[in-house]
Amino acid sequence: MNTVMRFAALVMMAALVAACAREVTPEPAPPEPTPPPAPERPVETDRLDPRDFTDARNLDNPDSLLSQRVIYFEFDRSNVRAQFRPIVDAHAAYLRGNPSARVILEGHTDERGSREYNLGLGERRGNSVYEILRASNVPSRQIEVVSYGEERPVCRESNEDCWQRNRRTEIVYTAR
Amino acid sequence: MVKRLVLLGFVLGLLPASAWSQLRIEIVDGVEGAMPIAVAPFAWDSSEPEPATGVAEIISANLRRSGLFDPMAERDMIDRPTRPPEVRFGTWRLLRVDHVVVGRVTDGEDGWGQEIEYHLLDVHTGRILLSQALPVAPGDLRFGAHRVSDAVYEALIGIPGAFATRIAYVVVTGLGTGEEVFELVVADADGHNPQTIVRNTQPILSPAWSPDGRRLAYVSFATGRSNVIVQDLFTGQMRTVSSERGINGAPAWSPDGRELAVSLSRGGSPDIWVIDVDGEARPRQLTHHWSINTEAAWSHDGRHIYFTSDRAGRPQIYRMDRSGDNVTRITNEGRYNARPSLANDDRFLAVVYSDGDNDFRIAIHDRETERLRVLSDGRLDESPSFAPNGSMVLYAARQQGRGVLAAVSADGRVRQRLVVSEGDVREPAWSPIIR
Repeated sequence: MNTVMRFAALVMMAALVAACAREVTPEPAPPEPTPPPAPERPVETDRLDPRDFTDARNLDNPDSLLSQRVIYFEFDRSNVRAQFRPIVDAHAAYLRGNPSARVILEGHTDERGSREYNLGLGERRGNSVYEILRASNVPSRQIEVVSYGEERPVCRESNEDCWQRNRRTEIVYTAR
Repeated sequence: MVKRLVLLGFVLGLLPASAWSQLRIEIVDGVEGAMPIAVAPFAWDSSEPEPATGVAEIISANLRRSGLFDPMAERDMIDRPTRPPEVRFGTWRLLRVDHVVVGRVTDGEDGWGQEIEYHLLDVHTGRILLSQALPVAPGDLRFGAHRVSDAVYEALIGIPGAFATRIAYVVVTGLGTGEEVFELVVADADGHNPQTIVRNTQPILSPAWSPDGRRLAYVSFATGRSNVIVQDLFTGQMRTVSSERGINGAPAWSPDGRELAVSLSRGGSPDIWVIDVDGEARPRQLTHHWSINTEAAWSHDGRHIYFTSDRAGRPQIYRMDRSGDNVTRITNEGRYNARPSLANDDRFLAVVYSDGDNDFRIAIHDRETERLRVLSDGRLDESPSFAPNGSMVLYAARQQGRGVLAAVSADGRVRQRLVVSEGDVREPAWSPIIR
């Protein structure tokens, strides 16, 4: 074992850590999405329309569905429930309107059961969102699914309140 | 010479373990009627400075930890014999001891390392059951004491001990701060000599020992995606052996150490594949199913692979030929059986078991009787790993919101808890017996 090799390994590791620095995921919203904004608000040219799902500014606009990027799931299920569909549809519109935008769909589970099996379960949740985006004509090159299984909980207690916040797919923009 | 390599690897290797990553082992339950034995303090006839913890003390602690022995405390000993002729059997009989171990540590032949000379005596017959002079590499005295423990255990219990082994585990600190640190640690089976093999801000899971104990395969998210890494414990050299699109998980070494079964989702859902560790032969896909297929474990002869699949709706254990043919369901009891670990020529499978959705426990499925026996009593127990002699199962549990390791004997009578001073410890993997 030589020092040069160990140094090289350290440099490589540092590079990897740097490479995986990414956009910080916002604090997860509670599991219920806010209702869509009231329709028919007069739109002024210089004002931001929260329903314009192609406008990147809406990704940070709390009044816009685009600012919501977490889809929650029932226990042991991976189907996207109806109340979360408008969020996915908003992001589909954004991705179609912004061909250079890229997302990673991070699939997560709660802590119950075995870790590797949960990697599979998390991927199913990512895939469910992926399928909706694809069905909405978002090109596959804009989307990637990564499952973290139970490795990245947002809530650390062992109870149903926590578990339901952890069973989720996060839509993470790596390019806007 | 092999042992010298081990030592160099661990001394030069990589990063020193953080102070908090050392396991402390607490015995929760022992066995009624454990065998009374006395390991008398070994004479120190070596020119090296005498270590604070003596060889006899290490052997006694090992034997106690197995749950099968009740070693006498040193302060209760009337005699301190170090050679067989000094053992006065009548005295030991009065102290109700069945066996006595005596010995001494000398400098090694040619001045290299040391030698542990020891004898196991039967107090009732006055016979010497075992005598050996064991050479140990410089600085390797603790491991030498573990080998003596193995020999004593085998002479009295009839199966090889598993003290001269290591365990790998993952320690996570900074939980909930958004700055978690994941460390893959390798320590002796008694928790001593922890060495951090790799440290990362992204998750690490599923460490798996190569059959020769030289290498670890594990899953790392260092790139932001799951990859299977093989790391040499002597040189520290790391190699990514699987980085397909999707999941790269659940590595399991074939008994000959040449292949790894892994779970890959490049086809859309996780399937079991076999890859050549050296990357020469092309990967082979063994399962072709829309369900989750993961957590492969090879049979001891390498002819079969056990795995977890939810093809019938919920996860259960299946077995197939190494070709992928003849898939048979193995577990039927309970709603959830996953992550098999095998022992005793595949007769016993330790699994994560649940009959509902809330309590996940470690159970042993006996393939001969087709019965399942629940061994643990936690709510979130997972990641069972058999000791190489099949005597104990090491697993991960939660205690007061923290990840701890626990060990339970295969008959459920002996229980231990292994805790670290800070953070969570999880994903234990017991090494093969290190020759």
